[in-house]
Amino acid sequence: MAQALVQVRGVSKSYYRDSLEIPVLRNISFDIPEGEFLALMGPSGSGKTTLLNLISGIDQPSGGDLVVAGENIARMSEGQLAKWRSQHIGLVFQFYNLLPVLTAFENVELPLLLYKLSKADRRKRVETALTIVGLGDRMDHYPRQLSGGQEQRVAIARAIVTDPTLLLADEPTGDLDKVSAEEIMTLLSRLNKEFNKTIVMVTHDPRAAEKAHSIRNLDKGELA
Amino acid sequence: MLMNLIYRNSFRHKLRTILTVVGLAVAVMAFGLIRTVVDAWHAGVEAAAPDRLITRSSISITFTLPLSYKEQIEKIDGIKAVTYANWFGGTYVDASNFFAQFAVEKGNYFKVFPEFIISPEVMDAFNSNIKAVIVGQKLADRFGWKVGDRVTLIGTIFPGNWDFDVVGIYKGKDQTIDESTWFMRWEYIDETMKEQMPGRAGEVGWYGLQLADPSKAAEVSAAVDARFKNSSAETLTETEKAFQMSFVAMSGAILVLLTVMSWLIIGVILMVLVNTMAMTARERTSEYAFMKSMGFQGYHLWGMITGEAIVISLTGGLLGLALLAAIVNVLKAGLSAWFPVFKIQPLTWILVVALAIIIGLIASAFPVIKAMRMRIVDGLRVVD
Repeated sequence: MAQALVQVRGVSKSYYRDSLEIPVLRNISFDIPEGEFLALMGPSGSGKTTLLNLISGIDQPSGGDLVVAGENIARMSEGQLAKWRSQHIGLVFQFYNLLPVLTAFENVELPLLLYKLSKADRRKRVETALTIVGLGDRMDHYPRQLSGGQEQRVAIARAIVTDPTLLLADEPTGDLDKVSAEEIMTLLSRLNKEFNKTIVMVTHDPRAAEKAHSIRNLDKGELA
Repeated sequence: MLMNLIYRNSFRHKLRTILTVVGLAVAVMAFGLIRTVVDAWHAGVEAAAPDRLITRSSISITFTLPLSYKEQIEKIDGIKAVTYANWFGGTYVDASNFFAQFAVEKGNYFKVFPEFIISPEVMDAFNSNIKAVIVGQKLADRFGWKVGDRVTLIGTIFPGNWDFDVVGIYKGKDQTIDESTWFMRWEYIDETMKEQMPGRAGEVGWYGLQLADPSKAAEVSAAVDARFKNSSAETLTETEKAFQMSFVAMSGAILVLLTVMSWLIIGVILMVLVNTMAMTARERTSEYAFMKSMGFQGYHLWGMITGEAIVISLTGGLLGLALLAAIVNVLKAGLSAWFPVFKIQPLTWILVVALAIIIGLIASAFPVIKAMRMRIVDGLRVVD
């Protein structure tokens, strides 16, 4: 049997307020196979965003192991994690996080600056990513000239432009109206089906979760 | 692309950046202006020749020495030439029209002080007319004098109305040479004093000594002063630089105060930029966090934040220099009586540019450290 793309083994995470320990995740274990589209759901404070942060390597667990694409990221230094993220992770957040002074093209080009690519290669990749998300005609637009749904599509283009191993989305439709949210979910679903992208998405929205292959619920830091 | 991002970020909050840049420019202009004034004060020192000594009364420059010392000084080993001069101290029309007036030995003075460019024809005219005067180009421009004009000064140290004939206009051999000085014949004063105040005849203000070997300055100075020790007019001989420096030292406290002020201004510039960069970095916390989440590392953020601070500080610095150049140009004519060499020194240009970069580095240090230490998850929680 093929090894899962993501292996979460006994992962726990606690935060500290002064000397008070606040456990957020307790002994979580599960696998995510390659090509999966997983929705993480649960009430506020259940630890789903924390779990996503741990899988993406932007935070580190207090205990346990996290093996992603064959590498145990729980044991990596900050520098190693930064390099690893640039190669394996595409992130999409609720508020898009686009740089307002850059055009859609430049925002999508940003992660490619960490690669040794020629300008022509970068252009080709950016154009491909923006065409996939349906914004091939909006490349020179600044974020302020785009709708919320279009901004999120630019953010998705930016997340996929490096062809990451794993696409992670935290409430990607949380700031969008119903129509735009539907478009974003359709796009994510297409990325999963047509391009075989493994996607982990945190959401509150049951309609968004319907597009996923599987749903895992978290409650009080444990898998329900 | 990252350079583009730095540039665009620098002008993201146009009003704030413009106000910061204008603040920096005004402060840089003030810093440069103070430095230019201090440099102007030292211009005489900078222009001093290394192969010249000045011999004056050991009591004070206001006390005179006998003309008879000239022959005795000439006999001392190591001296190539000797000349002498006096301060005249007259006024032209109005006491506010101040300029330096020296009564100098005909023929010899301009051989010992060759930095004043005078044609042989003018020199002949000067030597043949006891009322002759040679004025600097700036002084001639200031009062509209031309060769052939008759100019009258009112004597203060040497009373009476003194008529002069302008026989020539000199230029300095380079920009450090004062072109606003008036050179008249020493004999004119002496002949007049012989008639009106015989007790004041045969007196000179100081001697200018040209050395055969500049490295022997200390020995020759000691020999000159030893020659006149225990006489009724003891001498103090020093290098021309030290002599000029003694005038600057009279205003030492003011110069120190001005220098301190100029550096306080740099402190103000720093605080202005620190404030701007701190606000900027705070507003961009989530952006920095997101860039880190993509894989950008501490040194990338260092480059972005510091680059932005340097763009702002350099823009302010260069604008300040442009303002400084304009204001120095405007003030130059008005201040020529007090500061004959009033110009921005190359060191000031270099210092302002270097300081702009250093200030940019310092001002961005705190935001950089904060951004580098920030945990990504904490930064992403910050909503603009």
